[in-house]
Amino acid sequence: MTECPPKTSAFYLFFLLAFLSAAATVQAQDWVRTGTNLGVAKIRIAAADLKPASIDPLTGGLKSAFDQTLYNDLRYAGIFDVVSKSMIPNTTPGSPQEIDLAQWAADPSDAAYVAFGQISVSSGRVAVQGFLYDTHNTQNPQVLGKQYSDTATVQATREIAHRFADEIIQHLGGVPGIAETKIYFVSQRTASKEIWVMDYDGMNERQLTHLHSIALSPRVSPDNSRVAFSAMGRNGWSIRMFSLDLNRLVAFPAWGDTTLSPAWSSSGDKLAFSSARTGDPEIYTCDASGSGVRRLTAFRGPDVSPVWNPRSNAQIAWVSGRTNLPQIYIMDSDGANVMRMTDGGYASSPSWSPNGQFLAFAWNRSYGPGAPGGEDIYIMDIASKRWTQLTHDSGANDFPSWSPDSRHIVFQRETGGHTEIWMMLADGTDQQQLTHGGGNTMPNWSWK
Amino acid sequence: MHYANRKSLALAASLAALLTVAGCHKKTPAPPPPPAPPPAAPAPTASITATPDTINAGDSAVLTWHTTNATDVSIEGLGTVASSGTQSVKPTQTTSYQLVAHGDGGSADATATVTVNTPAPPPAPVQESNIDESAFEAAVKPIFFDYDSYDIRTDAQSTIQSDANFLNQHPNLKVVVGGYCDERGSTEYNLALGENRANAAKQALVSAGVSPDRLRTVSYGKEKQFCTEHTEACWQQNRRAMFTLDQ
Repeated sequence: MTECPPKTSAFYLFFLLAFLSAAATVQAQDWVRTGTNLGVAKIRIAAADLKPASIDPLTGGLKSAFDQTLYNDLRYAGIFDVVSKSMIPNTTPGSPQEIDLAQWAADPSDAAYVAFGQISVSSGRVAVQGFLYDTHNTQNPQVLGKQYSDTATVQATREIAHRFADEIIQHLGGVPGIAETKIYFVSQRTASKEIWVMDYDGMNERQLTHLHSIALSPRVSPDNSRVAFSAMGRNGWSIRMFSLDLNRLVAFPAWGDTTLSPAWSSSGDKLAFSSARTGDPEIYTCDASGSGVRRLTAFRGPDVSPVWNPRSNAQIAWVSGRTNLPQIYIMDSDGANVMRMTDGGYASSPSWSPNGQFLAFAWNRSYGPGAPGGEDIYIMDIASKRWTQLTHDSGANDFPSWSPDSRHIVFQRETGGHTEIWMMLADGTDQQQLTHGGGNTMPNWSWK
Repeated sequence: MHYANRKSLALAASLAALLTVAGCHKKTPAPPPPPAPPPAAPAPTASITATPDTINAGDSAVLTWHTTNATDVSIEGLGTVASSGTQSVKPTQTTSYQLVAHGDGGSADATATVTVNTPAPPPAPVQESNIDESAFEAAVKPIFFDYDSYDIRTDAQSTIQSDANFLNQHPNLKVVVGGYCDERGSTEYNLALGENRANAAKQALVSAGVSPDRLRTVSYGKEKQFCTEHTEACWQQNRRAMFTLDQ
């Protein structure tokens, strides 16, 4: 590997900034362009609290759920500078007739766009009217006008907020939002390790499996219909398949032989996995039904954690211990053209960005016997092999998984013996803890 | 006719030799040569040695023989052979190899015996139903591995040998070979590494004579820890292959 330029540029940048006594923070990741608007000037947007338009006693609670959810969704999106609630005008316009755009465009709000609307509850149904207005376009300010209706529950209202947020993100960011996506993960809060799912913002946690064994490595199918994972059974580790449509396990060949780490192709018709059916763990592929098993690698030592290039499905990245400490490799999906990506240390858990450009992975660059944890999340531009470190000095970080918009990464972080799930923007900023207690690991972001 | 005569003569000589060696595993001198052949033809000579002359079951020995003036040379049990040569043999019990050389001048023979040390017969067959898990684990010890390695260390060889001895004495026991890793590093990578450790231990037992059909590998990766402190001493305890009854 060649010397990593970001370090050098960060080095000079540091002195430049110190010389100028600039207050700006050093952006060591200044070369990172995920191609999805990270790094460009952020759009200043304000979200007014909804105006309650009914006297039903549920109204207040559902309004709070919506307001909080929409605010967080816009903040997490990574493309907005969301006006703090303390700086927005002290009004709750419920309709276009009630909003004074100049008030929102002026200091301190200074918003380019404002989201507002009203909420009402009647007969067990909640209805939301949501608007997005351009504060500087006085002639034709409306960007979006949406109406939603669902059962009057907090979760349904939160989902309405997610849908409205995704509309806003799609319109202003040009890429579908992630507010309606899910994160699959492993939790041992029930004593055994089971597969769980939550909304991308850490809410709405739900247990999927009840195997009372050890279930690991959940990977949701691209159509959100199934979750493949590996579980310890009578014959050791096998791939298991959970149907999200049927809410139960469905048939899949129980090969045993330490079959681990399933990974879906983005076309949904293939899986890659690791199996020790020869006595040595190797990478294989098969059809979604488990037929057509094909071996790709033949190297002494562990080969595990494959992921497909979701852009083409023509390449697979995986972890191999053929030179002792595990390293990240890439090969064609027929096993040809093996290429080593990392240059040392202990590298594991690759995740391939949906736009095909980056690998995210866990790396401990100074790993050795007795070395303490220092495992961080890195991303690497595949074409140039340039990498940058996203987490610093904060526990042991592992299992990154890209969001479908290639703007976010979810990962696990262990600090003080507790492992929780966090997310961040793909430049390492805006780190948010999503789970709180019980031992939560191996997050996998849904494809949509 | 001539051929048939020779054949029966060889048979008779073989039988005589067999009777001679029966009950005696020491190298026996050649029996007295048969009645003098026509004086024109020189008498054949035969010699044979086995190296080593004592082996363990499963090992092999090399027979080296040499004859002169012979037209038909055979070794009992191996059939017709060249007039001189070597051959590797792998007898499972003590065996005498008799070299018989026939020539126009008569016949000669020589015998080499390979003594096979059979392992002490299993002592009074142990009632395997009496072996519970604690007795099993007291007898069959785990082996330990270096960091990020699944090579069997030299200090594990004697453990493997005594584990194999116990398993060979209890041929009906089936065993789970579990591979374990310390807490550091990736969950998935450690599961693969644990499988490599379990399989390395299995192969070592197979090399020591345990049937692979009795051994089932399971990787626990870093999912089960024996020691939970974050020290090298503890990590060493957790980098192991361990044997449990497969019930």
